[in-house]
Order: sequence, then C-alpha cells, then structure tokens
Amino acid sequence: MALTGKEVEHVAMLARLKLSEEDQKKFGEQLSAILDYMKRLNDLDTEKVEPLAHVLPLHNVFRSDEARQEFSREEMLANAPLEESGLFKVPKIM
Amino acid sequence: MELCQLTAHELKDKLVQKEITATDILDSCLQRVAQVETQVKAFVTLTEESARETARAVDEKGDYRGLAGITCALKDNLCTKGIRTTCSSRMLENFVPPYDATVVRKMKDEQAVILGKLNMDEFAMGSSTENSAFFPTSNPWDLERVPGGSSGGSAAAVAADEVIYALGSDTGGSIRQPAAFCGVVGMKPTYGRVSRYGLVAFASSLDQIGSLTKDVTDCALVLNLISGYDKMDSTSVNAEVPDYTRFLVPDIKGFKIGVPREYFQAGVDERVKEVIKQALLKMEDLGAMVEETSLPHTEYALPAYYIIAPAEASSNLARFDGVRYGLRDTEAENIIEMFASTRARGFGPEVKRRIMLGTYALSSGYYDAYYLKALKVRRLVKEDFDRAFARYDVLAVPTTPTVAFKIHEKSDNVLSMYMSDIATIPINLAGVPALSIPGGFVDGLPVGLQLIGKPFAEGTILRVAYTFEQNTDYVGRKPKLGVN
Repeated sequence: MALTGKEVEHVAMLARLKLSEEDQKKFGEQLSAILDYMKRLNDLDTEKVEPLAHVLPLHNVFRSDEARQEFSREEMLANAPLEESGLFKVPKIM
Repeated sequence: MELCQLTAHELKDKLVQKEITATDILDSCLQRVAQVETQVKAFVTLTEESARETARAVDEKGDYRGLAGITCALKDNLCTKGIRTTCSSRMLENFVPPYDATVVRKMKDEQAVILGKLNMDEFAMGSSTENSAFFPTSNPWDLERVPGGSSGGSAAAVAADEVIYALGSDTGGSIRQPAAFCGVVGMKPTYGRVSRYGLVAFASSLDQIGSLTKDVTDCALVLNLISGYDKMDSTSVNAEVPDYTRFLVPDIKGFKIGVPREYFQAGVDERVKEVIKQALLKMEDLGAMVEETSLPHTEYALPAYYIIAPAEASSNLARFDGVRYGLRDTEAENIIEMFASTRARGFGPEVKRRIMLGTYALSSGYYDAYYLKALKVRRLVKEDFDRAFARYDVLAVPTTPTVAFKIHEKSDNVLSMYMSDIATIPINLAGVPALSIPGGFVDGLPVGLQLIGKPFAEGTILRVAYTFEQNTDYVGRKPKLGVN
C-alpha cells in the first residue's frame, strides 16, 4: 500500500518531525515499501494468539514511595540548551 | 606478540604474576590506537587521561582481581558520568551524563581501565555503523568493508587489538552481527540478565547489554562482571548469577544441538552455509548429537521486529525534544516548531525513518493491524523457541547470511540492510541468550556461528562455544591490519 503525501505529513506531525518536501516524498516511498513487506504477517491466523509485549513474566514492580535526592538542580540543568533562574527555558507555548 | 594482542585472561595471568602492569597494557593499546585508528575509526571519544589514572591506581594497589587493570572500551550509548555520551548522533553530540550506567559503575568498581567510547549506528539503529552521524567505522579484516552494526565500533576496536574487550548493546543483533563480521566473540545475554540502567533506550523490550571479546573465556569473565539484578532496572531479573568460568569445560558429549532449517534457506550465502555445516560436523565429532529441526515462524520475525522495535523507539525517542538536554533549534518561534525542527536537525535519516514507521504503526486506525499483530506474531516466534528447547540444549545457526559487505553496498536499500539481521532478530523477540563465535572463514573474512540457549542458560552456550574454540583454530586469528 502506498502512503499518500497527506498521511506522511500527518505521521510526521504526530512524531514532531519537520520534514522537507524531498524527505516527505522519500519517506513516503520507503515506508510504503516496508509496510508492503509487513503484509506477510497477515499470512498467519493470529485470532486466538495472545499478544506478547514482554518476554519476562513481570507485571507490576513496586517499591516504597520514598523521595530520593540523587541529583542536584545544577547537575540536572547542566545539559540544558537554555536555562534561567534554575529552570529549563523554552520558547512561548501560546 | 604485543600485549594489546592478548586476551584479558592471558593479561590477567601476567598481572597476577607481576610480569607486567596495567600501565603496560594501556601503553600497548594506545600504541596500537596510534598505529591503526586512522584506518579503523572505532572511537568517538578517547579518555586516555582517566584511563591512565585508573591504570596507575590499580598498579599502586597491586590487586588484580577480576578484570582490574585490563584496557577496554564502551559503546557510546552507555552513560558515563562526566564523559560525553553521543549515541553517534548530532542530537547528543555534547551530552555529558550526570551518572554512570550500572554496567559502567560495575566496571569502575572493578577498576577496569576504560579507554573511551566507541562508534555505532545512530541510536543503535543500523547494521553497518554507516548510520553514525560522525563517520563510518571500517572492518579491520578489509577496510573497504563494514564492521557490522550497530556495535560496529566495539567489534572493530576488539578485532583491531585497540582494546582487549568492549561492551555493546543488542536489540536485533547489534552485538552478534558485528562480532561475526569482525571475527570476535559476541554475547547477547538473556533479556533481564544485565541491567539496562544508563543504556540509552532504543526498544526497551528487546535491548540488552553484552560483550565483545577475543575469546570465550573472556566472554565468561565479562559476563561475570556485568550480570545481576539492579533495583534501578525493574526488568532486570533477581536470579542468582553463577560464576560463568565454571562452564568453561571442553566437553559436549551427549549435548543435543538443534539446527533449525529455516536459517539455511534462500538468501544465505552457500559458502557461509558450508562453513556452518563443517562447524556442526565438528560438534558431532566432539560427541554432540546434532539434529535438524524447525522454527516454523522464523520468516515472520523480521517483519514483526520492524514494527515492534520502531514502535518502541518512536516512544523512547520522544524525549529528545530540545528542552532538557541535547540539541535545540534556537531559531524556532514557538515550542511546537522548536520540537519539530530540533528533531529534524538532530536525527539522521534512519532514525527518522524508524520514528515515522513506529509512529505510523501505533497511530489510530493502524494499531491493531500492525502493532498488535506484531505482538501476536512475537508470541508465535517465542513459542517456536520454547518447543525447540524442550528437546535441545542449544540451537546452532549462522549469525549472518553473508560475510561483511562493502561500505555503501546496502546503504541505499533499506530493506536489504534490514535483511542482514534476519538470523539474529528472532532471538531478541524471544528474549533468549545467544553468542556468535568465529566458525570459519570465507575468502579471508570471518563467518559467525551463532549458538542460542534457553533463558538464563548462558553457561550452556559458553560450554559449547568453549569446546568448539578449543578444538578449532578460528578464534584468535588476526587481521593483517597495520602490518606493513
């Protein structure tokens, strides 16, 4: 199945990826080819198969709800592209 | 032989006997780096100074327990406190983690001499290390060829004797495939055996940290060091860790080895098949019972993987948004545009492709058809292994369908690149352990024999691999690199 330009644009929006027109075209073609290849999964009847998200028989892993201070504010901000008054600074939201 | 050419256990013996010092080993490795690194290009970051300090400290103390004093290096997706951790991506080019990954902390506690951070496919997505945003790495056996990936820097550095061993990560073959291409021993432990805390996440239900070493004994030593439960990783398993060196017994009489025929079908190079067949005959000679079997859902593992892994990646990589760390496009006027343009600049084409693919598979209207379907197929793939392991101690297959391919040979053909992991991917979906060991050569290039075990039966794999190693002369062969 071929992805339309509009679909590619929509997925890019969901993924928060700005794509050039050239990228959009290229990804459209490549993703269509990959999705075509995925179709072979439909050869298998999986109606009665339970999905397997994870190989370990783990469910909820609990720990006690205790606060820990492992990093200082300075350490947490050290890699910030932009900071101000000990906070991460971002462009305007609204 | 120079010291850098020896194995960790050989060097350890010399350290204990006081024949050499940790500094001697480091010097030998540094000399080798100076000699070959411009050709191999395995390192993203060299940490000579801190390595020297550690070596000196070990020598002063004179306590050479475990892997103390042995020079090694880390794939650059393992967080190292104070040393940049790039994932070979523009996104993290200047990222300096405030903490060590658990495996790194264990290595530091052991006083391992860490010489630096190794090149990889960006965010571990790729099979050739050509997806590094910085530079490609070359295969020490033939500089025109890829070292494999995504842990290509790790495999190449070990094969080129720049370090004695390295750590890598394996999501769909990223340790075993480069180990096969570079003629070293690569182990992907059972999912949950090694803590993933501090490993930059790609696909969390598949990722596992493991080793690239020069022989099977070193593999056991590194596994001893990195294994074990960690409260910082809720998916690490709280099970006893045996001393893996106890499994280094050169005897496989009566072992049952299954050979699934699906791994020898179309697409596998005839010469690779022949090498593996000879290796299996050797196992039979050594007293193992070798029998053909079937894992019928094998062909569906690859398409299922390329839905599941990108889906998890698209979620994991959402954190790279230019706010808290990493690159930011500072020209964007509002926050949504900042997210989108930062990610456009920071990620390379393969990472974008997988984020797009994963986002699509998880998006409304397609979730059932792709993601849920893939999870169901994952169960079928895992059940194939469960059934096989009711009969066999280990399974033996080729690690890769071909020997190392040429640089640029597959970089324009996405699906063809994905296919190079066809024999390693099912193992990650099932979460079982597997090791690649040099099983022979084709035209002077190494071929990997892959041994797959039951969950937490790394010891059994090591025993079979060790027996094979001791009865053949493929492990320890060196590329001619740097010998002029």
